[in-house]
Amino acid sequence: MSAADLVTSAPARRGPGHSRTTRIVIYGLLLLFALVYLVPLLVMVMTSLKPLDEVTGGNMFALPRHLTFAPWSVAWGEARIGVSDTRGISGYFFNSVKMVVPAVLISTLLGALNGYVLTKWSFPGHKLVFGMMLFACFIPFQSVIIPMAVILGMLGRVGVDLADLTGWSFGLGNATVNLVIVHVIYGLGFTTLFFRNYYAAFPSELIKAAMIDGASFFQIFRRILLPNSTPIIIVTVIYQFTNIWNDFLFGSTFAAGDTAPMTVALNNLVNTSTGVVEYNVNMAAAIIAAAPTLLVYVIAGRYFVRGLMAGAVKG
Amino acid sequence: MTEREAAAAMTRRKLGPSLRGWFQDWLPRLVLGPSFLLVLIFVYGFNLWTLFLSFTSSKAFPTTNLIGFTNYMRLWDWTFETDPPSNWYTALVNMGLFGGLYIFFCLFLGLLLAILLDQKIRGEGILRPIYLYPLALSFIVTGTAWKLFLDPRIGLENALHDWGWKSFHFDWVVDPKMMIYCVAIAGIWQSSGFVMAMFLAGLRGVDGEILKAAQIDGASTYQTYRRIVIPIIRPVFFSALIVLAHMAIKSYDLVLSVTGKNPGGAAELPSTFMYSYTFTRNQMAIGSASAVIMLMTIAAIMVPYIYSETREQNR
Repeated sequence: MSAADLVTSAPARRGPGHSRTTRIVIYGLLLLFALVYLVPLLVMVMTSLKPLDEVTGGNMFALPRHLTFAPWSVAWGEARIGVSDTRGISGYFFNSVKMVVPAVLISTLLGALNGYVLTKWSFPGHKLVFGMMLFACFIPFQSVIIPMAVILGMLGRVGVDLADLTGWSFGLGNATVNLVIVHVIYGLGFTTLFFRNYYAAFPSELIKAAMIDGASFFQIFRRILLPNSTPIIIVTVIYQFTNIWNDFLFGSTFAAGDTAPMTVALNNLVNTSTGVVEYNVNMAAAIIAAAPTLLVYVIAGRYFVRGLMAGAVKG
Repeated sequence: MTEREAAAAMTRRKLGPSLRGWFQDWLPRLVLGPSFLLVLIFVYGFNLWTLFLSFTSSKAFPTTNLIGFTNYMRLWDWTFETDPPSNWYTALVNMGLFGGLYIFFCLFLGLLLAILLDQKIRGEGILRPIYLYPLALSFIVTGTAWKLFLDPRIGLENALHDWGWKSFHFDWVVDPKMMIYCVAIAGIWQSSGFVMAMFLAGLRGVDGEILKAAQIDGASTYQTYRRIVIPIIRPVFFSALIVLAHMAIKSYDLVLSVTGKNPGGAAELPSTFMYSYTFTRNQMAIGSASAVIMLMTIAAIMVPYIYSETREQNR
């Protein structure tokens, strides 16, 4: 490798021309900010490991003197959530799991197919279709929430009638099914965007060659595009998983009581106005609510960042 | 498949209007169709429905009784009702405060951290995820953490008293006048790392040769950034601004979780205003009108952006 190659292949970083003091200032600032970003999480973890009197009577930065995991088991299995009789957030946690898994899989698959059509089988007006789907990513959900509530109410009544007739409601009126529908629809814009941008760079010659060989629409998708889509599938799954798991507005509007997802249960637990505020239990519940997305972020953080940047910077 | 068979397949297609050929031609459109139809109905149709509701006298349930611009005129009047302030007035003022602070500090901190990280830093791989992890958390979790952190009885104020700084006073989270600033602090903590990632991606894309040339010409680091680097990455500012503005207008759960269900409406934003008027105050028509105003605001930002983005892809 020549010297010129070394210069051009190096990432565009500033030269080493900083004085010692400047470097101390730079590292100092970076570490200070790292501390600021970490402190809330550390305080959450420490608070969740303390008995309540240590939380209310002590310093929040102090390490737990009597380490206890009781708040975690209370949060998981015993704490009273809002006005509901259900104990603990475990049920709500699984509500979220049951909602997020199908919603992510369906919206990702549809996004992949849409991206494939929009880039490799484009038709007149495909730009307008894509533009309209793109704008759908950015609408404020407040402007669709009333009609959605009306429609879901109607579907629920149809479900009751179906259940009377056939003994099975086909999932209509079930809060989890409702939320899956809502998240799939309002996630379509983003999943389509991700796959479209990814497939736009995929060589069309390969597709053409396969077409001449007589491969069908779905054969090309399954045999050529999908096997080459792993990075973008990971990005989309992570993005959708985070968005849907973290949603609160739809969850609190379309799922009530015991059918609510995790974020709604956490909010109800934390904002209960009766009795003593059990900060340690609240923090344990908050960490449990954050655990899946944090885990995904830790395991696949690099893809997560790359995906968000691709989605946001490219528009 | 042999060449002869491929040629046969081609002629079959040319032969034309067989049912199979028609199906093959329309298949891509049939695949994209359902998604587009869903978006058309559930995004565009529903927005029109909400627009229609905003011209009716809907209370707890939607009605078709049209009353013209009455709801918008009420919002308009409320915009200037300052003594005592109407909820809409509070929502608009808070939107300006929260949106302004949130966007400014996210951009400022994001750029600062990105530039600092870009100085050939050791341990970048550890620091970057630390700045970014809050993004994986839901606003409900972020709000829960910051509510505890800012609570004067057990949080920061108490901790500093414990360490001997007795005169330290910080009770914004329970002071109606200051609550919105707490929402802004939590929001900035949550999103600034994301902006950092966007800027860092932009900085890494700047051609190293230009910077070398500037250095040879004797430009200081500050001058290089001020005059060369920042102007080059201006599109990133624009993207970040769009994403942040859109998040600020939509944010709803952060207010509820930081303030504990927005007591007295002190931290009202258009999003919380819309929700409470629609679902708890039985003023669905007013709620719809406010949702339409939110939609218009976002459209005014997004439509030119999407237009310019799709045009760029043309080139």
